[in-house]
Amino acid sequence: MAPTRARVRRRGAATPYLFLTPYLLLFLVFALLPVVLGVWLSLHQWDFQLPNKPFVGVDNYRDLFDSNSVVYSFWWESLGATGIFTLLSVPLLVVLPLGLAVLLNRAFPGRTFFRAVFFAPYVLGVAVIGLLWRFLLDANLGLVNRLLGLVGLPDDTAWVTDLPWAWISLVGVTVWWTAGFNAVIYLAGLQDIPGELYEAAKVDGATAWQRFRHVTLPGLRPVLLFVVTTTILASANLFGQSYLITQGAPGTSTRSVVWYIVEQGIAQNDAGRAAAMSITLTLMLAVVSVANFRIFRYRED
Amino acid sequence: MNSEERPKDNLISRRRVLGLGVGLGTAAALTLAGCGGDDDTPAASGDGGKTYTGPKVDLNLWNGFTGGDGDIFKKLVDQFNTEHQNIKVGVATYRWEDYYAKLPGAVSSGNGPDIAVMHMDQLATFAARQIIQPLDDVASALELTEADFAATVWNGGIYKDKRYGIPLDMHPLGFYYRTDLMEQAGLDPAKPPTNRQEFEAALTALKAKNIQGFWMSPFQFTGGMAGYSLVHQFGGSLFNRDTTQAVYNSPEAVEAVTWCVDLVKNGHSPANVGQDADYVAFKAGKSAFNWNGIWQINDLKKSPDVKWGVAPLPQIGSKQAAWANSHNFTIVQQKRGADANKTAAAKVFINWLSEHSLDWAAGGQVPARKEVRDSSGFQQLTEVGKLAPELDYAAFPPALPGVGDVITTFYTAFNEAVLGKKDPKKAMDDGVAKANQLLADNAKKYGA
Repeated sequence: MAPTRARVRRRGAATPYLFLTPYLLLFLVFALLPVVLGVWLSLHQWDFQLPNKPFVGVDNYRDLFDSNSVVYSFWWESLGATGIFTLLSVPLLVVLPLGLAVLLNRAFPGRTFFRAVFFAPYVLGVAVIGLLWRFLLDANLGLVNRLLGLVGLPDDTAWVTDLPWAWISLVGVTVWWTAGFNAVIYLAGLQDIPGELYEAAKVDGATAWQRFRHVTLPGLRPVLLFVVTTTILASANLFGQSYLITQGAPGTSTRSVVWYIVEQGIAQNDAGRAAAMSITLTLMLAVVSVANFRIFRYRED
Repeated sequence: MNSEERPKDNLISRRRVLGLGVGLGTAAALTLAGCGGDDDTPAASGDGGKTYTGPKVDLNLWNGFTGGDGDIFKKLVDQFNTEHQNIKVGVATYRWEDYYAKLPGAVSSGNGPDIAVMHMDQLATFAARQIIQPLDDVASALELTEADFAATVWNGGIYKDKRYGIPLDMHPLGFYYRTDLMEQAGLDPAKPPTNRQEFEAALTALKAKNIQGFWMSPFQFTGGMAGYSLVHQFGGSLFNRDTTQAVYNSPEAVEAVTWCVDLVKNGHSPANVGQDADYVAFKAGKSAFNWNGIWQINDLKKSPDVKWGVAPLPQIGSKQAAWANSHNFTIVQQKRGADANKTAAAKVFINWLSEHSLDWAAGGQVPARKEVRDSSGFQQLTEVGKLAPELDYAAFPPALPGVGDVITTFYTAFNEAVLGKKDPKKAMDDGVAKANQLLADNAKKYGA
């Protein structure tokens, strides 16, 4: 008996790794390998069509911080653009969907219908919402200005070609587009909070605000961490909205950093620079995400 | 129409070359087959495109003709396939943006097409990146010279003294006008403005009747292209002669851009015109004039209720000039070694289509080939024909690898000026500074 059991145990020891293997392979080939190759690329002047791909050391990185380099002003302008967008959109995308979720969590007639309505824009692709809003927001022909005019408000706001309006448009459209997704995540979190906690709070005489503050919010903490982290990352990846709606206007002030990286890599065929920018951006976002986790864990303690 | 004569000419020439060509073609094919496809020096094979007598080959052709032009192109290819039993051309169409991004990868992995259609301003970049191969032998074997084409189009296909593209057509910027709105303003729609004085007078007359004359788009399509035309009209240029410096901050260029900005300032154009809004407004009767590409002719023909006409751009500056680009045929380099038969067949196809570009003109493009432009068949395409004179003074972008990114700096500067974000001079100065950095960077990269 004993030898058999030992064999089973020995064989069993490999089981978890066998189960992990398929994903591990995918991860190695499609996630880790590209990252390693990206680092390799970033140390070269790399146009895959040109025979000559000289090793340039950290030049591609130094260029990002050297004000005399050809990419410096474009890089920091686009990074600033993404930063502005993230700072404006993340608070709205964290708070508004929470309110929405709390409302949609109540029992009222037509609840399923409204849940579907708020989630609906999220199923549209960025090309669809981009073209749609570009024409709706057009300063001279758009429906938005027409409607504002009808109610006596200024009807000549340059929603997509002037600042700060272009940012307001981009943030507004993104909130309209993706708020439903965050709301669904919150909704799932809300349904995990036991009803007894609310009952107990009521018995203790807690007001609606106090129940929200001391029962709902603590109950949602892990969900909040998830929503804040993914929303920051999604906002930092801004590309399609500004590419289609404002087209970077005025000038290149609304060109996002991801857009600029794509342009470097694919339009200007400089994969080395594009890789250096991607890696620098990734490191910046990693710092933000780590800070994020720290803040939420601190509160938990 | 000459069409009765032209096929006969072809027939004669084909018969004449057949006698010659069979011998020559086979000899060339044999020699090359012996070499085993040396891809370091992809060059002459066959007799340069007069005939193909080898075994049956399948050719792949890529293009970006996603509009109505795509259907016409496919019809031409079908016709070619029925006329040539031993060549079969298959066509794949992508959006131009995707197309240019996709082509290099496909070529380097050995999955590229045999023939690629390309805009003139892309030729140098793709030649420098060794994606397309020289075609000088096609030009010389077919006895194509500058005289057969407009000089501007013909010379645009040359990079480092070698020819990489055989021009198919050219598509300039044209001046579209609403005949109904002109009549309302008391203007003669049979005589659209041709110079600065007439153009400005027309705008004033329209304004007096509360009709919006122009929509000055701040975006490349189509405001930036209007600005590009005007810089050349005022005697300026985007680059110096040997394309080592950007010079679109010259007094002439700044004057041209200022003229565009003043249209907005003087109320001849609304401010903050959105992308495509100028053309939408024109079609909706909210704008009397629109400077737009020749490709809009077919679109406007689809709306019978729009009363319109088209003419060459009025001469606002000291000379005539108009933005233009051109579609060119190119032969792609093959990573796995060139197949001499395929290359020879590809050249036959390019020559055949170039000769049949009259049908292509119906797709809304001016044929590059002079004999086709002079044919009575082309004269009957009145709208497209009206823009043919622009061929003589068309301002094509220079043949310079990576030039697209550099020209973008002009469009960005133009955008800032028209939107009133920067004074025209300041906008152009800032743009030129960036353009020169990019030019130096490209020179280093491509070893120009």
